[in-house]
Amino acid sequence: MNRIKNTLEKYSSPSGRACPDVISGLGGALNVYLTAGFPKLNDTIEIVQELEKNGVDMVEIGMPFSDPLADGPTIQNSSEIAIKNGITLELIFQQIEEIRKTVTIPIILMGYYNQLLQFGVEDFVKKATNVGVDGLIIPDLPLDIYQKEYQALLEQYNLKMSFLITPQTTEERVLEIAKESTAFLYVVSSYAITGGKSGIEDYQTEYFKKVAGLSIQTPKLIGFGISNRETFEKACQYVEGAIIGSAFIKAIGKSENIKTTIKEFVESIK
Amino acid sequence: MKYTVNEYGFYGDFGGAFIPEMLYHNVKELKDCYLNIIESEEFIKEYKQLLKDYVGRPTPLYFAKRLSEKYNSNIYLKREDLNHTGAHKVNNTVGQILLAKKMGKTRIIAETGAGQHGVATATVCALMDMPCIVYMGEIDIKRQAPNVARMKMLGAEVRAATSGSKTLKDATNEAIRDWIANPKDTYYLIGSVVGPHPYPDMVARFQSIISEEMKMQLEEKTGRNYPDKVIACVGGGSNAAGAFYHFLDNENVELIAVEADGLGVKTGKTAATTQIGTEGIIHGSKTILMQNSEGQITEPYSISAGLDYPGVGPLHAHLFKTGRGTFLGATDKEALAAAFELTKLEGIIPALESSHALAALGKLDLKPNECVVVNLSGRGDKDMETYMKSLPNPPNI
Repeated sequence: MNRIKNTLEKYSSPSGRACPDVISGLGGALNVYLTAGFPKLNDTIEIVQELEKNGVDMVEIGMPFSDPLADGPTIQNSSEIAIKNGITLELIFQQIEEIRKTVTIPIILMGYYNQLLQFGVEDFVKKATNVGVDGLIIPDLPLDIYQKEYQALLEQYNLKMSFLITPQTTEERVLEIAKESTAFLYVVSSYAITGGKSGIEDYQTEYFKKVAGLSIQTPKLIGFGISNRETFEKACQYVEGAIIGSAFIKAIGKSENIKTTIKEFVESIK
Repeated sequence: MKYTVNEYGFYGDFGGAFIPEMLYHNVKELKDCYLNIIESEEFIKEYKQLLKDYVGRPTPLYFAKRLSEKYNSNIYLKREDLNHTGAHKVNNTVGQILLAKKMGKTRIIAETGAGQHGVATATVCALMDMPCIVYMGEIDIKRQAPNVARMKMLGAEVRAATSGSKTLKDATNEAIRDWIANPKDTYYLIGSVVGPHPYPDMVARFQSIISEEMKMQLEEKTGRNYPDKVIACVGGGSNAAGAFYHFLDNENVELIAVEADGLGVKTGKTAATTQIGTEGIIHGSKTILMQNSEGQITEPYSISAGLDYPGVGPLHAHLFKTGRGTFLGATDKEALAAAFELTKLEGIIPALESSHALAALGKLDLKPNECVVVNLSGRGDKDMETYMKSLPNPPNI
């Protein structure tokens, strides 16, 4: 079973999306990022359940890390709170096990290489697969180290990988990264960390067009700087979907009622 | 060279570049050009000229007679404290600012803990007329006010890092984020032998002027161009890397790294990374670091802000693991005592960091015929408040 593929296939058109003018009302996959253990330790479960109920296509669960180089202040702050709440990798796996009793949308785990190293990479991969995780995003795991040390392991356990590309990634490298991205290609929208600027500038549109025009089979999701309906729709003109992180963390962080907040949040996007 | 970096950026098991794709281009650009530039004749000429006329090099290798008598050995001090800006840090900033200019970069960012690297960076930015932004933990800004003032007078903008523990590691995270957001015009000037390859190697090369001079000075003073022991303090490890560099492959030289034990290794209030740390990844480099079982990086403690880093550079992790380096520790108290001892015996007030290296003298079984070099990495002006606080009951010397 490949939940990620099944989900994203709905949003890919046979001719690709090389030109924004041909968008056919397909819409796009909405992938929401949440920090495990935030705002309260066990909120993870209800949040994912509610996201699915409200039509979110997939979730990316962040494993809180003390020094998250690729994340902005909003996500770092939520990670600090989650760590204070007592979140651990074991707890995250338990929460996902609970989530999987009802939830069928793809679940991606996002975290940093050091967390996997300390847990034991093989144990981590085994455990993740067992509880129903579909894919991993480890932004500071270099591609060559992945290929050399872990690719066979992930294939063995049928766990998918997503790697990042940015506006500065050369085309040759994009193709190599796309080839290794068995979940989806994570298209970082700008020169920024998560939760940076809002709105999409011209150079980004050009970059989206270029990415859309590449002859690669890997589905692509745009992340970073996607915060509202306007940016989400813009991103989905070019690729299969987009990822919203910091904007959701902000909303859920000040929420008084998780159910209402998620309903309103998802409705405001899709 | 067994102990220098290999073509993939590793020292044995340590080093590498564990960075998100957002940094890949920046780091690759640097990696692809740094050796060509810094090994060019033109660069070396400019660099050496500035070290001589601006920094005040070569720094003396001073035979510390009374200290030698006390420890019944032959102790030399490599006087990095006499450099412009008061520490070894400037050796590296002069090198990297020249490199940044040659790479066509127009904006400099840096991280700083105690502020020494920030001051050394702000200094060379003033010299080269380049805008300078220094990231510094909010807590460090409060406890290092004089250095914040120096940076500002030198024209740098000091930006507070308000995330995490609000200290050096968070300032480093903020600087990295700035670099991600400004990939084209910005040069990230790292202050120690840490971070992704090529930084550990590059900073070690710029600091290697310390052991290059030692060799010549020892030849002149003792007739032999190497000592029996070199002692240096290690936080991230830049002064130690420089002091060890030209002796790495000379197994006759014992390389002694002294970490900050803080209140004591067993108290948990410590920065003795190799003693309580484990292998993992910090700031893009595989090394030994202080972390919990979940891989969360923990906060170090030391009386000396310059040693207050939860990792060591990958070179030092390699020296530790292979046994090439001898790793010792000195507590806050031992470092303070060593500072007062040097001041009394030689009329030199050392930086608290360097005092940790001096504190190792009493822990070693020194021989009367041995030649020992202590790298006196910085001067104590910045630490006067801490020294004064301990004055009512000065440690016994």
